[in-house]
Amino acid sequence: MSILINKDTRVITQGMTGKVGQFHTQQCKSYANGANCFVAGVNPKKAGEEFEGIPVYASVRDAKEATGATVSVIYVPPAGAAAAIDEAVEAELDLVICITEGIPVHDMIRTRYKMQGKKTLLIGPNCPGLITPDEIKIGIMPGHIHKKGRIGVVSRSGTLTYEAVGQLTALGYGQSSCVGIGGDPINGLKHIDVMRMFNDDPDTDAVIMVGEIGGSDEEECARWIKANMQKPVVGFIAGITAPEGKRMGHAGAIISGGQGGAEDKLAVMEECGIHITRNPAEMGRTMQRILKG
Amino acid sequence: MKIHEYQGKEVLREFGVPTPRGVACFGVDEAVAAARELGGTVWVVKAQIHAGGRGKGGGVKVAKSLDEVHGFAQQILGMQLVTHQTGPEGQKVRRLLIEEGAAIAKEFYVGMVVDRAAQRVALLASSEGGMEIEEVAKHSPEKIHTLRIDPVAGLIEADAAQVVRAIGIPEAANAEAVNVLQGLYRAFVEKDAMLAEINPLILTADNRVVALDAKFNFDSNALYRHPEIVALRDLDEEDPAEIEASKFDLSYISLDGDIGCLVNGAGLAMATMDIIKLYGGSPANFLDVGGGANKEKVTEAFKLMLKNPHLKAILVNIFGGIMKCDVIAEGVVAAAREVQLNVPLVVRLEGTNVDLGKKILAESGLPIISGNDMADAAQKVVAAAKG
Repeated sequence: MSILINKDTRVITQGMTGKVGQFHTQQCKSYANGANCFVAGVNPKKAGEEFEGIPVYASVRDAKEATGATVSVIYVPPAGAAAAIDEAVEAELDLVICITEGIPVHDMIRTRYKMQGKKTLLIGPNCPGLITPDEIKIGIMPGHIHKKGRIGVVSRSGTLTYEAVGQLTALGYGQSSCVGIGGDPINGLKHIDVMRMFNDDPDTDAVIMVGEIGGSDEEECARWIKANMQKPVVGFIAGITAPEGKRMGHAGAIISGGQGGAEDKLAVMEECGIHITRNPAEMGRTMQRILKG
Repeated sequence: MKIHEYQGKEVLREFGVPTPRGVACFGVDEAVAAARELGGTVWVVKAQIHAGGRGKGGGVKVAKSLDEVHGFAQQILGMQLVTHQTGPEGQKVRRLLIEEGAAIAKEFYVGMVVDRAAQRVALLASSEGGMEIEEVAKHSPEKIHTLRIDPVAGLIEADAAQVVRAIGIPEAANAEAVNVLQGLYRAFVEKDAMLAEINPLILTADNRVVALDAKFNFDSNALYRHPEIVALRDLDEEDPAEIEASKFDLSYISLDGDIGCLVNGAGLAMATMDIIKLYGGSPANFLDVGGGANKEKVTEAFKLMLKNPHLKAILVNIFGGIMKCDVIAEGVVAAAREVQLNVPLVVRLEGTNVDLGKKILAESGLPIISGNDMADAAQKVVAAAKG
């Protein structure tokens, strides 16, 4: 088992025929069961064509009907990416993973509004995607650093997720699933949502949670963990040394009620029983200490 | 992207929000001529920089004669204005706004921001205008009224009216205040703003509602559809190193330490700064080369870091995903050869094609210190910087 995706997941790639989409589709297809998982691409102008043997359809709905796929991954450029998410939501897919970086915030506000009451879950945007090692990789992470196992990883960052995974693998700890939820202000699944899934997953024993400064998602997740989580969690927050900068206004700080700083987040996480480390090189070893008791 | 107050007021006027009449000026004589043209007996001379707290720093003066306009303009133009948002070095004043004086009966605060948790635009309003709103939030949060706005319906009249009443705007001015809030919201959405503030929004003696200040910060990801906003960019207000970096699609922020960092990914870049600090060093910059770095970008990144006179060592920390370690290694070697590398260089590579990357570094003959992992690299670069 795993969370969200496994070797039986069937995936539509929106933006498959662009340069970025082509490269990552090749990479994903050649990872584990990828050749069976990536079954369709979408491009209204190239319907009927193929890329790497994967048929291209005019719309997400057409691709879903023809292949039975329930998940899509989006590499569409920023100006059209929110509309691509909307299309996947309207086609009632189970899960959409939006890799695209640089989508205007107001586009995402409208898209998230339209998603209310719909069944589709969103990961991202501006994220590396997710992977269940040795089964399926959907996104841009390097597959070979992963190892099948029982640790869950959830992170707002891309390369910092690889860092956490790399440390686990080097110590011999494999991963059940690794989820990059993305760093944009308006996004889909939050730490807390993914944490719930790891808690319910019988094949996950413990979780590494990697956060960043800004917002209050980590604090919210930490409070949920304190009340509900049955498994140990290791936490790191990037940005202890990030300066406040020459901010022009104050409204951003007010809305979070003074939250959002790394030390504030770490304090809440520690209080909620998360095993925090202030050293990004110690995420793996912190987990090792806990598992060895 | 930030803009000046006078530009922000132009945006507000476009959306029907009343502001005092005013003229932007670049010289003292121009300022006096503007005041004469505006007429009246009271003018406000306001420094235009991209930072708040200008009044406290001496950048805003009320003039009661044209001579005083002249005096204040001379005093403020060219000054190094220090506020709590500029940092200790301050910001040089190159532009002024000369405005007609306003008869203030009461001051309010109105702001808009993208609320991450609610995933909506939030309107913040308070009766405590003109103050530092962060202080109000800390000491009397009940005086800040927050409204999360439905993105489809927009800011409807009934909701706006409720906020207006809550902050104590008198009945006679309610309609005008509602109009201001709705105009601000439309400007916020249509111009793709991330943050907007009117502080203070004033009530005049004759019950008019006027925006006495205007701050905007726009979403850089949406500038492609707002050439009219891009045209308002003032490069004098930005860090030259950051402007240079943006030309090469590098994300760079100057810091006050002495260890340069070159990293791929914002999260890992912040974590790299954190670990340098943890081992007793101090980062000179944040630098995210992004996912698609090539030889040219790496070279430019090195040039940027080496312009910093305080630089004592450089740490390259790359976890290659999309980016291949051999490409980075070639970039590092080429950059080290092209620029005068006069400080120790520590490189930590991990991920795709890592062995090939390490081989390229080892065979380059350059005095590159190799870091085995993040901790090892950080300790080595801190030691190197301490000499």
